[in-house]
Parts: sequence; C-alpha cells; structure tokens
Amino acid sequence: MRWLVFAAVLVVWQFAVRAVSSGRQMDFPPPSAIAQRMAQLWFSGPADHLFLTPEATGNILPSVARLLTGWGLAAVAGVSVGLVLGRWPAALDVVDPVIQFSRAIPPPTLVPLFIVLFKLGTTMHVAVIAFGVVWPVLLNTIEGARSVDPVQLDTARSFHLTAAQRLGWVVLPATAPKIFAGLRISLSLAVILMVISEMVGSTNGIGFSLISAQQNFQVTDVWAAIVLLGILGYLLNTALLWTEHRVLAWHQSTRGLD
Amino acid sequence: MSRSFAGAPAAQQGPAQARETGAAPRRRFPLRLLGPRFRRGLAGVAFLLLIGEVIGRAGLVDRSFLPPPSAVLARVVGLLGNSAFRTDVAVTLQAWAAGLLLALVCAVPVGLLLGSLPIVSSAARALVEFLRPIPSVALIPLALLVFADQGQMEFLLAAYGAFWPILINTMYSVGEVDPMALEVARSFGLGRFVILTRVVLPSVAPFVATGTRVASAIALIIPISTEMIAGGDHGIGIFVLTASGVSGQADVVFAAVAIAGAIGYLIDLILRRAERRLFRWHFARLGVNP
Repeated sequence: MRWLVFAAVLVVWQFAVRAVSSGRQMDFPPPSAIAQRMAQLWFSGPADHLFLTPEATGNILPSVARLLTGWGLAAVAGVSVGLVLGRWPAALDVVDPVIQFSRAIPPPTLVPLFIVLFKLGTTMHVAVIAFGVVWPVLLNTIEGARSVDPVQLDTARSFHLTAAQRLGWVVLPATAPKIFAGLRISLSLAVILMVISEMVGSTNGIGFSLISAQQNFQVTDVWAAIVLLGILGYLLNTALLWTEHRVLAWHQSTRGLD
Repeated sequence: MSRSFAGAPAAQQGPAQARETGAAPRRRFPLRLLGPRFRRGLAGVAFLLLIGEVIGRAGLVDRSFLPPPSAVLARVVGLLGNSAFRTDVAVTLQAWAAGLLLALVCAVPVGLLLGSLPIVSSAARALVEFLRPIPSVALIPLALLVFADQGQMEFLLAAYGAFWPILINTMYSVGEVDPMALEVARSFGLGRFVILTRVVLPSVAPFVATGTRVASAIALIIPISTEMIAGGDHGIGIFVLTASGVSGQADVVFAAVAIAGAIGYLIDLILRRAERRLFRWHFARLGVNP
C-alpha cells in the first residue's frame, strides 16, 4: 500500500510540473530530473569505487561517519548511565535537574556552543550530535530500568546474582524495548543535527552540499540532497528496526505477541 | 514529570494493572516539594556549578572557551537586560508561536477528517511515512530559494514541521475513540456535529496535546536553524552564531544557550502543566503522569 501511494505521488508530481506555469516550474523539478541529477552527482563513478563519484565519497561518507559516531557514543553513554540511574533513585534525584535542563536546550543552539569549545572540525560535529541526541536514549533507559518487574529482580537476588550481573542479565533485557524506542528517536534527531551542523560549520558533507547548492541557486541539486537525506534517514531507520526485531524476538515471543 | 516520549501515545500500566503484575508504581515529581528529592537535585546542580567554577578559575582550562559559571551567570543577567537581545528572543518566539498555532489549526481538523475515513486514512498514513524521513531542517535551503521573505518562510516552515506530529497523533487518537461512546451517542439521536464536539474532541484532545508538545520542539528548532543558516537581523540563532565567531565571547555564547535552554524548559513545563490541568480526567483514568 505504502509503495503504491509513493509511486502515485511521483507520477502526479512528474506530470503536474509540466502543467504549472514556467515561473514556479523552476523550483519544483520533476522526479526524473532529480533522479538524473543524483546519478550524475553521486552515482556515476568508477565501478571499483562502488560507482561513487569523488563528490559522493567526499560528502556522503564523512556525513554518515559523523552521524553514526555521534549517535553511537550517545547510545553507549545513554544506555550505560541510564541503567545505573534507573536503579539508583538517589543518584537520579541528584542528576535529574541537570538532565531536564540540558535536554530542553534547543539542539541548533548547541552548534555555536560546540564551535566555541572545539572549533570547526569533526570533533565539533560528533560532539554536537552526541550531546544533542543522548537525551531520548538516556531518559527512555532510565524509564525502562525503573520499571523492571520486581519479581524478576527478587528471583535474581535469590539466585545470588551480584548487582552487576542483575544489571546485565535482568535489567538490560527488560529495558531493551524502551531503549530501542529511544534509539529510534535519537537517530532521527541525529540526522537533523548532522545536517544543521554541516550547514553552518563545515566544508564538506551532505548538509554542506545542500547549503552550497542553495547559495549557487542550483535548485535541482538542492532537491537531490533533500531526497538523499530522506533515503538515508529511511535506510538507517529500517536497519535499526530490523536489528530491533532480531534482538527483541525473544521478548515478543515470551510476551505472547506477534 | 514522566519522561516517556510522545510519538505514538504510550500504553502505560494503570495502578490496577500495576498491582497485578507487581511492577513498581510510577512516581510523581512534584517540583515544589522541599523534600529529600528536591534537596538532592539542588545539591547536584550546586556541585556541578562549583566544579565548573573551580576549573574555570584555576586556569586549568582556557577561559576564552570554557568560562566559569559565575562569568556566564553574570552575562545571563546582562543579556536579559539588553533590549537588543530581548528583541532577538521575541522574534524567534514569534515565529515559534505563529508556526505552532498554524500547525494546530490545520492539523487538528485535517486529522479528524482523515482519521475517520478508513481508506483515506491509510493512504494518508502511507504519505506521512514517506515524508517522515526528510528532516524539516533539510527543507530550509529549498524554502529559502522559493520564498522571498525570510520571516514569512520561517513561520511557514515551522508550521510545516509542527504539522506532522499533531496530525499523526490526531489521526491515531480518532481511531482510539471508544466505539461504545459513539454508539451510545448515535442511539440518542445526536447529530454528527454534536457527536464530534461532545464525544470525539474530548477523547482526542489529550493526544493532540501530547503531539503539540513534540510539535512545539520542532517549531522552535526550525526558526533558530533558519536564522543560523540564512542570517538575518534578529533572532536567537543568528545572535548565538555571530557571538561564536567572535573570539573572547565564549561567555556570551554560553549565556545565550543557557537562556535558550531555560526558555525551552519553561515552554515544555507550561505545556505539561496545562496538559495535566486540562486533561486531569484523562490521566486519572489511565493512572499515568503526563
């Protein structure tokens, strides 16, 4: 159904563009032109480079690398700290105001802040993404760790599992669904932050190609970058969902779901 | 305050179910309680500020890029007294409010309509899924090319970004309206419009409110990002970006970000409080905290 609608939209768009007056026509190129430009810019390279042009390897790869590094760091930090805080209420009370304030900071304002701290460069990008994106993971993990079934924990205690073992074998698996939910939110936020930080403070990357295309009035290039971002976001989300499905398969079967 | 995230409305355990499964009941976080929780939180903040102060003053870190909290706080006070800065804040907040309002006004009726027509609803959902991966901020350069007036463009794009979460939540919650309630209303011979206002809207409203909170964050991100990308005369975004480019203004940047954070926090707090007040009956029934 989904793909039917998608295809329908593309077809309508392709023909609607021809019908509109030529003034606006420039701003909304037909899908065929966009696809062509994308192939031209990024996918017409030599076969031994996976058909990627230097333009592609110079922009797409750094962007994705920054994105995944920042998100990965946030995931590791968020989950590990979240598990501990979730089970240690006193510590959570101490840190909570700081967390609540930090997560309320509008993510774009973090870019100039980290430019001041780290100057322009990869560290800045990764730091912006990691700091901006850790909150959904952290908070969801805390939430999940707080509400682990006490019966399971008591059972673990009666089997003389240490606190660390309980954390790894009981709390973590029980919290996994919430963690994945947080990871998904973080991922889409990470894409946003990657784009913003590259549009403002970078000389390469998808965000940078987006903004330089705009500054050069290359409308089709702008659309190409937008579509690329959409595809990237979709692929990453699908990959995460697939991983979630695999990892949580035992969980859903024990709960008698799907 | 709970920390669950609005996306699809979460299915929480009510107190009755909690007793059954033996899960720990969820705690409330009353801010005003001067009990141990508040004291611990205060201690945490104080400790952090103290550490920052010591590091800053001991010269362990270059002051020009990590100023001590006292300098930042002094600068915060200075900025709040500065009318130019206040104008910047006002301009950004105006775009946020206008965008959010427009999104609400458009998304709720459309959501109600689409949510109640099954075929259209699934087509619409498919369309939303297709548009979702494209971050609204990526559309800023495109919008800059299409729109001449930046102010207009900011608020329209903010409205676009805020539209989707509200629409999704509205559509979802229309499907969740208690069919029994609808049947009863119909059997009393109530007309379509009355059913809409008396049954559907109150049922849908709490979910719309949750979606609005998410939308509010987006509606704030977009104007700030636009200002940073496109420049312009006024706005928090351009203010912070400009300050970051001038050396020796680190305390200004930190102070402005702190103020932005405080604004974000206040907006979220007000929305949550309003949600809890207005929809007390909804949360009481579910036994959850907003």
